[in-house]
Amino acid sequence: MPLYHDEDQAMLADTATSFMADQGNIKDQLRHWRDRDCPDGFGHGLWKQMAEMGFTGMLVGEGDGGLGMGHVEAGIVLEEIGRNLTPSPFLTSSVLAATALKHGSNDLKGRYLPGLIEGDSVFAVAIDETAKHRPSRITTRAEKSGNGFKLSGSKSFVIQGASADMLVVAARTSGSDEDDDGITLFAVPKDAANMSHNSVRLVDSSMATHTKFDGVELDGDAVIGEVDGGREVLNAMLTAGRIGAAAEGVGVASGAMDITVDYLKQRKQFGKLIGEFQALQHRASHLYSEVEIARAAVIKAQQLLDGGSEKAELMSSVAKAKVAKTAGLAVKEGVQMHGGVGMTDEYDIGLYMKRDRALQEFLGDAYFHANRVAEMSGY
Amino acid sequence: MSDLETFREETRSWLEANCPAEMREPVRDEEDIYWGGRRATFKSDAQKSWFDACVAKGYTVPAWPKEYGGAGLSPAEAKVLRQEMTRIKARIPLSSFGIWMLGPALLHFGTEEQKKHFLGQIARGEIRWCQGYSEPGSGSDLVSLQTFGEDKGDHWVVNGQKVWTSYADQADWIFCLVRTDKEDKYKGITFMLFDTASEGCSTKPIKLISGNSPFCETFMEDVKVPKSYGEGIPAYVGEINRGWDVAKYLLGHEREMISGADGGNTGTVGSAMSRHAAKGGDELDPVLRAELAMFDVDALAYGAMGEKFLDEIKVGKAHPAQPNMMKYAGTELNKRRHELMMSAGGSRSLEWESEETSGGKPSRGWLRTKANSIEGGTSEVMLNVISKRILDLPGS
Ligand SMILES: Cc1cc2nc3c(=O)[nH]c(=O)nc-3n(C[C@H](O)[C@H](O)[C@H](O)COP(=O)(O)OP(=O)(O)OC[C@H]3O[C@@H](n4cnc5c(N)ncnc54)[C@H](O)[C@@H]3O)c2cc1C
Ligand SMILES: Cc1cc2nc3c(=O)[nH]c(=O)nc-3n(C[C@H](O)[C@H](O)[C@H](O)COP(=O)(O)OP(=O)(O)OC[C@H]3O[C@@H](n4cnc5c(N)ncnc54)[C@H](O)[C@@H]3O)c2cc1C
Repeated sequence: MPLYHDEDQAMLADTATSFMADQGNIKDQLRHWRDRDCPDGFGHGLWKQMAEMGFTGMLVGEGDGGLGMGHVEAGIVLEEIGRNLTPSPFLTSSVLAATALKHGSNDLKGRYLPGLIEGDSVFAVAIDETAKHRPSRITTRAEKSGNGFKLSGSKSFVIQGASADMLVVAARTSGSDEDDDGITLFAVPKDAANMSHNSVRLVDSSMATHTKFDGVELDGDAVIGEVDGGREVLNAMLTAGRIGAAAEGVGVASGAMDITVDYLKQRKQFGKLIGEFQALQHRASHLYSEVEIARAAVIKAQQLLDGGSEKAELMSSVAKAKVAKTAGLAVKEGVQMHGGVGMTDEYDIGLYMKRDRALQEFLGDAYFHANRVAEMSGY
Repeated sequence: MSDLETFREETRSWLEANCPAEMREPVRDEEDIYWGGRRATFKSDAQKSWFDACVAKGYTVPAWPKEYGGAGLSPAEAKVLRQEMTRIKARIPLSSFGIWMLGPALLHFGTEEQKKHFLGQIARGEIRWCQGYSEPGSGSDLVSLQTFGEDKGDHWVVNGQKVWTSYADQADWIFCLVRTDKEDKYKGITFMLFDTASEGCSTKPIKLISGNSPFCETFMEDVKVPKSYGEGIPAYVGEINRGWDVAKYLLGHEREMISGADGGNTGTVGSAMSRHAAKGGDELDPVLRAELAMFDVDALAYGAMGEKFLDEIKVGKAHPAQPNMMKYAGTELNKRRHELMMSAGGSRSLEWESEETSGGKPSRGWLRTKANSIEGGTSEVMLNVISKRILDLPGS
């Protein structure tokens, strides 16, 4: 398969580009909700519109009422989300949770997928337990209790945890903290008793929770996949999520680069447009080159995942690490080349810097993923 | 089975039957690379039989049309062939500036007779070409070149000096930029083709920091270049005085080649270097391991970029100036690769002549990579071109 969008994908990209620019733009979404101190950090109206566009259920199989599309398509939407800094539950709900639910029972699918497809529900994923992403260690426990389980422990930095109608929780049902086996995934409903959220606002105005489970009672049918066999589902979910986050990051990087290059063509100093100074030209061109390469790594990872290749996991880490570095470069150069106005809240470039920071951390930063690349390569 | 899958099957069995085991081993020295030409000799029977098989099949230039010595493969088929050759680590049967540089320019600008004449020779490895662009006073600012061809009716008399002419001492013919109109900087250059054995044409090797002498100064003293080599075969490509267009077009292909987009520049180093260290009784320093890991991320990402670039350029989706980006990124990456290999190799990699290092391969290779971001246009010039043609920045 060639590494560019086919005709259908190119059409989807056109649609997603104009939809997100019209409806998901910085002024109407990110700034709007931020300036109102919105406890969700995103707008449900836009989520509903995204459902009408067919986006929310794009990864859901056709048999389950979705569009049965792949990660190239999801990435197209995510890149536009990134470019517009659109706060939305798409990555956690439509990519991560939807991937987990592919492994769920028909009963679970019937319970949750229609809400996702309609844009009425929002899902969150609760994996991390510390400030750094480290899914190899899971200490939250689910003990057998009658026909079901009793969940105890805590999760941190659950993105949109308090807004979610359902949380996908990775818990330990056997073994010790670092074991690969013995993990089970649960679909925990919003109103579960003995679950409490402590909400925190992050630097990019998104909302996260530190969530406590004090003996949360769950039915046996809340299990996603196999009891004790959740690692595989978790890994599938993480690979999809990382590739998705990388696609969003490419959008952030391109958005930041584009407004910066535009600025270089407008701002005059020393009687010249600052874009005439070679010192800035070379840095902008280097950035362009990095963004191109990052985008290539992402589409390669998407295609490998859609094709069921065993190389997808390696490429997911390559993509996530490359994008983290690249988007980081884009926002740093962006603020610097804007000069003083780059430091102001009025200009958007600073918002890109904040979003990039949060996205870099999500599901593992560049260091985490470079280390994984080394491990997968045998050193 | 799709046509492409059938093609892949056929290609596999053809390679199995025709690519000798010896030709699937890594290239160890210059002699393992076959460049063709009037003075070429084969290092081994295996090298010859692999080369002959490829010539017969059109696989020295798989994507060129059959009438010019190629196999007429579609972009998708050419990609499959490349993948299958990489899979079995097959060596390139024929390395040649004719294939990488002059060929694409002739395909685009040449007359039908010119193509038949020159492209066939290139595909069959009969003539080895060198590139006469740079001059002592004209490097990055190539268009300021001074080598002059005086019009004498049916021929030119060429005088001047070229420099950094790679393999000029081993080449048979030169494609050479010659000023034919002193009044017009851009529209006063002709892209000439002539035999380096012509009277008045001489070369002098230059020794490099790597200790090798792969390139030369090339002198032209009253070299007589006929305007035509026969019916429909002009001695210049494109039009007289419009050689700059050809020169630039060719540079795009040269930059693509140097960038290693075709997989020549995607190698990771971490795992090989950690094995290498273990063999010598060492262990990678954790900070070095981290740098190797960051490098491998970049190398694998660049590998995807190379694939994407080649896919896109074949269907006209790539930005026309994208080869400049590829060249910039690919060569900077390669320099970093060799810096890390030197560090990981430790003192062993400093050995200049030893048998263990096959005659100083690590250090000489490392030094050679420093030219990557100079030859074919420097990194700074690449960044200038990106600024101007892709980012459309003012005043550049
Ligand atoms: C937090 C903060 C506090 C400040 N406090 C004060 C204060 O108290 N009093 C005060 O007077 N000022 C203050 N400043 C202003 C500060 O001095 C200016 O922002 C600074 O001089 C840059 O000017 P500029 O913002 O107009 O950027 P510009 O000059 O427009 O620069 C934009 C970009 O172009 C680059 N650039 C410009 N010219 C060239 C060139 N010739 N070659 C290469 N690149 C070039 C710059 O490096 C920058 O990256 C403050 C700024 C900030 C951010
Ligand atoms: C190994 C090798 C093989 C080569 N083979 C060939 C060959 O076969 N045929 C051939 O014709 N040539 C060949 N070359 C020559 C090569 O193309 C030139 O070296 C190259 O174009 C740079 O020219 P220069 O060496 O004169 O450097 P200069 O142009 O003098 O550059 C010196 C420095 O100034 C920088 N610089 C120049 N202009 C600018 C600018 N506008 N903005 C910013 N920085 C600038 C450059 O980037 C460089 O860092 C080869 C070179 C090498 C190293």
